[in-house]
Amino acid sequence: MREPAVVRMLPDGRRLHLHDGPMDLIVEGFGAAECVRAAYAAASTRFVGVLDELCSELALLRRQARDRGMVPQGVVARRMWDAVAPFAETTFITPMAAVAGAVAEEILGVMISAAPLARAYVNDGGDIALHLASGEEFAVALIDRPEQASLFGKAVIRATDPVRGIATSGWRGRSFSLGIADAVTILAATAAGADAAATIVANAVDLPGHPAIGRAAAREIQPDSDLGGILVTRAVGPLRQSEIAEAITRGLAKANELAARGLICAAALHLQGETVSTGVSEVSALRLPSSWDFPLERSHLHA
Amino acid sequence: MAEADTIRCDACPVLCHIKEGRTGACDRYGNQGGQLVRMDPHVVLDRAVSHGEPVVPFLEASREWDGTMVRTPETFVTAIGAGTTYPDYKPAPFIISSKVEGADMVTVVTEGIFSYCGVKLKIDTDRFLGPERNLVRAQDEPVGHVTTSEYGSQMLSLGGVHHLTGGGKREGRVTCETLLDLCNGKTVDLAIDGGARVTVQAGKPPVVNGALEERMRVGCGSATIGMFAKQWHGKVDEVVVVDDHITGVLSEHQAGKLLGIPGTGIKMKGRRSTPGRYFQVAEPGTAWGGTNITEPLSILSEWNPKVAWAGLRLLMVSTTGEHHAYYELDERLRPVEKDLPATLAESVERIAENCEPALVSVLFMAGAGGSLRAGVTENPVRLTRSVRAALTRVTCGGAPVYVWPGGGITFMVDVTRVPENAFGYVPTPALVAPIEFTLKLTDYATLGGHVDSVRPLDSILSDEKRRLAASRAENPWPLAPDAHRRATK
Repeated sequence: MREPAVVRMLPDGRRLHLHDGPMDLIVEGFGAAECVRAAYAAASTRFVGVLDELCSELALLRRQARDRGMVPQGVVARRMWDAVAPFAETTFITPMAAVAGAVAEEILGVMISAAPLARAYVNDGGDIALHLASGEEFAVALIDRPEQASLFGKAVIRATDPVRGIATSGWRGRSFSLGIADAVTILAATAAGADAAATIVANAVDLPGHPAIGRAAAREIQPDSDLGGILVTRAVGPLRQSEIAEAITRGLAKANELAARGLICAAALHLQGETVSTGVSEVSALRLPSSWDFPLERSHLHA
Repeated sequence: MAEADTIRCDACPVLCHIKEGRTGACDRYGNQGGQLVRMDPHVVLDRAVSHGEPVVPFLEASREWDGTMVRTPETFVTAIGAGTTYPDYKPAPFIISSKVEGADMVTVVTEGIFSYCGVKLKIDTDRFLGPERNLVRAQDEPVGHVTTSEYGSQMLSLGGVHHLTGGGKREGRVTCETLLDLCNGKTVDLAIDGGARVTVQAGKPPVVNGALEERMRVGCGSATIGMFAKQWHGKVDEVVVVDDHITGVLSEHQAGKLLGIPGTGIKMKGRRSTPGRYFQVAEPGTAWGGTNITEPLSILSEWNPKVAWAGLRLLMVSTTGEHHAYYELDERLRPVEKDLPATLAESVERIAENCEPALVSVLFMAGAGGSLRAGVTENPVRLTRSVRAALTRVTCGGAPVYVWPGGGITFMVDVTRVPENAFGYVPTPALVAPIEFTLKLTDYATLGGHVDSVRPLDSILSDEKRRLAASRAENPWPLAPDAHRRATK
């Protein structure tokens, strides 16, 4: 039986919680009380239709995105499609790789259209769309595993920064990953773009054929998975420092490539306790611990 | 698509096909034996959001506050993940916050970081876990060492600054992970150099070399003789209680003498301590009574033919009653194993009954250093003095702690009394633990406390929301996501 969507305020009285099927959003707006109210009303109204809209085109959204192929019709679906398009020529990727970010963007969009807000964020399970009026900023923190609160980096995003989207991907997450990164966090201009790029970079953090890595066909785990028979990561055993360095270097190369193409602003890659980042100079203040003695060439480290 | 073991979920229009034992795209609904069930795998995290609980712990404690004591803002632990990261279980979610409102932020996590910390493990077992001072390893990395044996227990000391930051990088990370898992009540596998492999979890029985340790010994072998001599009197001629520490022999033991039990001509191997008490009858191990023997007769020599007699009844039993054997001497004074008579079975069961459940205790031990104290007061040493003078009460996630005498604020806490998942870590590596200082407002001012931050507390009793916002903005504190739930029990 279909579970109704949940729309409610969290007990702190400030944040809005939207839940429907696999979507779970935490929303917060900052501004005049009546503006925040209007924005939340708009977000709620829009939200309850999104899942049905996406599901009406689900089969298409689970297929490889191609220039010549059919193009989805829905506004969120199109945003997903656009976000993965830059990768589709060279990689297998479906619009589903950007679903969370695209939904976050859509909800944020209706909020700021409904009323002027100083700042707002829509957090769709870690994929986040940001709104910053002139002069405003957000402080953000990274943790590597939700069940173990460990802070591995912080950033301040200012209105003058190009960043309006943050997304994280990794094999431990709910979505499948082809790589072994515990977490790859991307800062990009849009949430959907960050979402797709996080998937791509996390896939690149890998050690193909390594015996400590357990993989299984995606459809063996979820018969409907858009990844079909592609092997996804199910377990990663302890790795040597040199192996961690090798895997992270591969991911970093991909992140640098995406940064050079203007698809992302910054990336932080996290694997078995090691963190490296790239493109940090693009963001006002991304701060990672200074004491890393990780065996990568210094040129890789921008933190 | 629709294989035999998949079901189709209709909880939402995604309509996932879900295999047996798996969940759908939402991670919430799953297939358990062909039935669609709500799984909620991340119960802890989920609870705060789905039940609409406040993401701030210790609320109840504050309500009971009689007005004379101030709960400093440090106790208001923001359950970061609760709102933002949780409903979805992606790794490494960013947590957004406002600089002004401090909403979901963990900016001051550093204040709760303990580089100088470790755990003291008490493992209730008589089995030999390894030589004193030998290394204890997790995932092949040294994370601690074997320390003293206590009565019925083996102590291990894990962590400490030298393993956390003084060794190799992987050593530090594995040590941190081991401590964190132990403190958060998870299972940890340890291997002791030249000793046993043990699986430990706070508040649960240890598993030694794959065997679940169910009971502590009732006492050493000698003590066991003392406790049960009367019950054996008349039902058996000789009893040997096998124990790695002191093996007891009934007829030679003071307790047996007092009952007038005659000598039996038994000859023990090992080193005689006092009458009826023998050291080192065998090597330490994981078999009978914490020795390495599996054949109990191997600790006996020939019987003295001048004293022993055919038909002599002998009971051999371990200090937990777990191992026992009954013999009678034949014509050539050789012990022949026989079924345990019912009258003796009772005493063996009594030994077992008197053994307490064997458990693993985990005490987290840490020193609250300079920066942490600075979060409380501008003059850190005064906080130490205040704790010394018992003006300030220290708690860890609301749990009582033992503060060591001497300098500094070095405390120990039973992790089973700390809220679930109250411990976190930073990659330094170091553990993050909640710690609260509770004291009178006047005392707080005296010791140079951040009184400005306390001021909003005046309105606490009337205005809950305002209290939360005001406290959190000024004094964020480490992570005790689920503290509220337990604190209210």
